[in-house]
Amino acid sequence: MSPWLNLMIGLALGLNLLALASGRLPSLIRSAAAQGMVLGCLPLLLGHGGWQTLAFAGCTVAVKGFLIPALLRRALRASHIDREVEPIIGYVPSLLLGAAATVASVALSDALPLRPEHAGSLLAAGSFATLFTGLLLLIGRAKAISQVCGYLILENGIYLFGLLLIRAMPVIVEAGILLDLTVAVFVIGIIVDRIQREFDTLDTRKLSALKE
Amino acid sequence: MTALALIWGPILAAAAAAVWPVNRTRPWLLPATGVVHCGLAIALLVAPPVVPRDAWIGFDAIARAILPAVSLLFLMCAAYGVPYLAARGERGNRVFVAAILALLGLMSLALQARHLGLLWIALEGGTLATVPLLHFNRSPRAYEATWKYLLVGGTGIALSLLGTFFLGYASLTDQGGGDLRFAALAAQGAALSRPWARAGWVLLLVGYGTKMGLAPMHTWKPDAYGEAPGMVGGLMAGGLTTVAFAALLRVQQVLEAAGEGAMAARSWMALGLFSMLVAALFLLGTRHFKRMLAYSSVEHMGVLSVGAALGGAGLWAALFHVWTNGITKGSLFLSAGNLRRGAGGVDVEQASGLAALMPWSTRIFVAGVFAVTACPPFAPFFSELRLVRAAFASGRGLVAAAFLGCLLLAFFGLTRLVFAVADGRPSRQVRAVPVRLRETPGVVIPPLLLLALSVYLGLFPPDLLMEAWSAAVSSLSVVP
Repeated sequence: MSPWLNLMIGLALGLNLLALASGRLPSLIRSAAAQGMVLGCLPLLLGHGGWQTLAFAGCTVAVKGFLIPALLRRALRASHIDREVEPIIGYVPSLLLGAAATVASVALSDALPLRPEHAGSLLAAGSFATLFTGLLLLIGRAKAISQVCGYLILENGIYLFGLLLIRAMPVIVEAGILLDLTVAVFVIGIIVDRIQREFDTLDTRKLSALKE
Repeated sequence: MTALALIWGPILAAAAAAVWPVNRTRPWLLPATGVVHCGLAIALLVAPPVVPRDAWIGFDAIARAILPAVSLLFLMCAAYGVPYLAARGERGNRVFVAAILALLGLMSLALQARHLGLLWIALEGGTLATVPLLHFNRSPRAYEATWKYLLVGGTGIALSLLGTFFLGYASLTDQGGGDLRFAALAAQGAALSRPWARAGWVLLLVGYGTKMGLAPMHTWKPDAYGEAPGMVGGLMAGGLTTVAFAALLRVQQVLEAAGEGAMAARSWMALGLFSMLVAALFLLGTRHFKRMLAYSSVEHMGVLSVGAALGGAGLWAALFHVWTNGITKGSLFLSAGNLRRGAGGVDVEQASGLAALMPWSTRIFVAGVFAVTACPPFAPFFSELRLVRAAFASGRGLVAAAFLGCLLLAFFGLTRLVFAVADGRPSRQVRAVPVRLRETPGVVIPPLLLLALSVYLGLFPPDLLMEAWSAAVSSLSVVP
């Protein structure tokens, strides 16, 4: 089971780098969606395969892989903006930082006191690398939609760590977390739309009226 | 049963508001819900129910010590909301009323949540419910503030989810574990994996600290409070931030059970004092009286943190301060909202001489500022005095000195700005405003009542409340 699991996490790590290298918003949204789908399947490899696990995995894939990206694409279509990502931190530095973070995460998770049953898996390492990628996108990209993608990838990282607790967490809690995330992205989508109408841009560097 | 009604009542009222057809009558749902909620909360305060140890939701000692304060503040804000929304009848208020009622329900859930995951869900839900409230004014500045709130708040709340998972991971042992109920986590005690518990605490402190608005994670606060309607600012400064504080109190208890209490207290103390310092310095510089209130809120969150970190008598004083701060802030935000409306659309930085135009609101505002800077006979003076005494009693003279120094700086900053707004001749832009908010009893009485309550709580704190705070302190300090 573990080799399959690690393969999937490796795929998610690759998608991190793809997201960092994406120069256009649709491809960034695609990377985040693909990563959400890959991660959504993981509970099937980990769980006991009961109907609850199956339903949870199905919901995760539907929400992260289809619903949220569809919302983002709609916001993108409605806003008629230039599709360029407009990096504040360039693509090459971002990629180098992302790769370095991946290596550092593997080293870090080796140093952490993980439970023996988790020692062989990449779950913790993948989680930290994905978290870092999300944060990097949040601070390193100017457009509001790319920041939302950063936030999604950040959430994916946290979700990966949550899989370590899959046996301990009741499904109702997992479902609540997923629901909150969906509503969050929905709300963000509305605000992005309003910002676009008020400011005629989605460049968050223009949001600078409020300061001391 | 009643405890659950505190959660379901407002949520059902929010659903009713979402389908209510008439814009003019919809705001009456606010005080109606507020009265019922406050009545239930006080009934539970007087006769606390027995909460089973393994319950997920319950009106336990912490909820009892804090929830009635939030409920009372909501009632006053709700009463203010009716004339406020009537004055702004040009705006649809469907989303506003529904969101603010949902916020009350989610805050009640978060205060009563005895499960780490449930607590996170409620707090995140509360954060999302405040978003439509922040941009009610629909100005570009309001959208900018909302965006910053979403990004900073969202990242903070994401980190607290990671912290939740870390703390859950700490409880996985060879005997099983992995139960995220606070009682179960605390019962595991020293069996919790210490490195994970420590990392979880740091993440939760940063995450929920962002929600509280502790420096340096406070950056959303001045923007949000500066642009949101006064009643929303009051409800956030006295309600939502307090809920995050209660969440951290519950987590701190788990850390204490794990034998990491000293580390947790030290880090919380440092963040609290730093918040007070940052707030005091910014208060000396800001020119905008609603942003000023935000920095004052950062300062008071620092006060709560210092109290909680001191523990024992300090924690008791912090719970007292939850009440005094919430009620005083409510009065300040509501009167500041009046002043802002009174100055019309004019940039508040140019507003002056409002005492001549809005006499009652200015009086309440000035008195409120003295209250919040801890001048007797207002209640914050008494809660902060108790806190300083607790600091000296536990031999933390330096903490007390730093605490008092920051309070003094904040006093200078706040009074400087308040008199600039209140005194003098009304500026030409302010006089030229064609339509201003009229000072009807509806918008003056709620802040006035809150101010009166602040005096009352300070001079004659009810025995019932003192007993509730003591019960909460003992429930937090005894490791089960």
